[in-house]
Amino acid sequence: MRLLSIENLDIALGGHLVLEDVDLSLARGEIVTILGPNGSGKTTLLRSIIGSLAPTRGHIDKAPGLTIGYVPQRLHLDATLPMTVSRLMSLPRRHAPGAVAQALRRAGVTDQADRQVSALSGGQLQRALLARALLESPDLLILDEATQGLDHRGTADFYRQLARVRHELDCGVLMISHELHAVMRASDRVVCLNRSVRCAGPPERVVASPAYRAMFGHDNLDALALYRHDHDQARVPSELSS
Amino acid sequence: MILDDFLVRAALAGIGVALAAAPLGCFVVWRRMAFFGDATAHAAILGVALSLVLSTSLFAGVLVVSLLMAMIVSLLSGKGFAMDTLLGVMAHSALAFGLVAVSFISGVRIDLMAYLFGDILAVGKADLAVIWGGTALVMGLMGWRWSRLLTATLNADLAHASGVDPRRERWILTLSLAVVVAVALKVVGVLLIAALLIIPAAAARPLSRTPESMALLAAMIAVTAALSGLQTAYWFDTPTGPTIVSLAAVLFAVTSLAGHVRRKVSRAGPASDRPP
Repeated sequence: MRLLSIENLDIALGGHLVLEDVDLSLARGEIVTILGPNGSGKTTLLRSIIGSLAPTRGHIDKAPGLTIGYVPQRLHLDATLPMTVSRLMSLPRRHAPGAVAQALRRAGVTDQADRQVSALSGGQLQRALLARALLESPDLLILDEATQGLDHRGTADFYRQLARVRHELDCGVLMISHELHAVMRASDRVVCLNRSVRCAGPPERVVASPAYRAMFGHDNLDALALYRHDHDQARVPSELSS
Repeated sequence: MILDDFLVRAALAGIGVALAAAPLGCFVVWRRMAFFGDATAHAAILGVALSLVLSTSLFAGVLVVSLLMAMIVSLLSGKGFAMDTLLGVMAHSALAFGLVAVSFISGVRIDLMAYLFGDILAVGKADLAVIWGGTALVMGLMGWRWSRLLTATLNADLAHASGVDPRRERWILTLSLAVVVAVALKVVGVLLIAALLIIPAAAARPLSRTPESMALLAAMIAVTAALSGLQTAYWFDTPTGPTIVSLAAVLFAVTSLAGHVRRKVSRAGPASDRPP
């Protein structure tokens, strides 16, 4: 089932074309990752999907009644606003205390429930924001560099949780990430964005495309090497382990 | 009848304005709109002048001008002016135009001081009806939209993603602000309305852990300031509006100190919460 379909999307900000002729679609149960250098319009694309920015041209069609779980790149909380982590979980919709506790446990921030959001570390806040997004049982999960500030273990946990959530909620996932290696393993499709879509498709095809190489240069080779390495390992585990 | 006592009417007026201003004041503080509240209040004097010229009700005149002012600021804020500059221009020119306009009105003797500083002791039964009508409206709006207002205040993108339009919530706040200004004009006057919005909320902050507890505490502090201010002004024969605001400021000092002490204590004890 098609959750999201974007056609010929242009977005101009301050008279400057940030996105040009972007096409993108996403189905239920699919994980799609957007790659691109800084200033390539990744966050702009996500913000136009959640409705913060109106298209200058083109269409963004969402499935009727689509609920979105959104994790922003960072959340700045004004110091004048008191907010406990558990209260943040119930904004804007109230959730049962049991559900909140479970979501926080899954995100690995159980003992932070009564703390002020402003007292959390960057990584803890990202985990809490993911927990909040999941509480809505979203059809579409949108993550803007959600692993920013997470340590190695946190990042690994995060991608594991993502894989599980995709199956449990049967939701679509659209994310921005810079971790090429993790992206290649976790995504069904990759979209390279630099104002317009430069290449898109399954990770192995995208990595091999000239557009991808032009965009990421030598990073590309590292990611590719790691990716192949993992695959080789997965294919011949008995030989390597014995 | 009990409402025949001017002190009872004054107390009821004070409580009404306090209850409307406190929760709204929390949003004004959270969204850093303090200057916006100020500007809306200053524009009120132009509303007073207009309502005298057109001989409409004071409430309507002030409400319309405050809303107009908010609309102009919203429209212009995206056009290359910094918000604080824009508000400074609008607030003081509205006040100046208002004062000039008032001077043109002949035949009517206007006690300008009453509008600048309010006269809670002169509140009549009709004023009380307007004040409590406005209070009910603002509290109703706040209660109805609370979660959405809060989400929009937290982060515009999070609000959009959850199906909350932050622009709409902003208008709800602007409307409420105009209503509170119109309602509080008689009680504390143009110059001190913003104080009644901001000081109780600021006083509640150090002792609050959630937005709801802050709003509740701000309301309690505002009502305490209104009632004790009235009593103090009665005892010492001081101007009532400024006395109320002074007592709110004293309460702010007390809670700030209490918050400071509590932080010190909790830092000495096991690691715990630290409101900034």
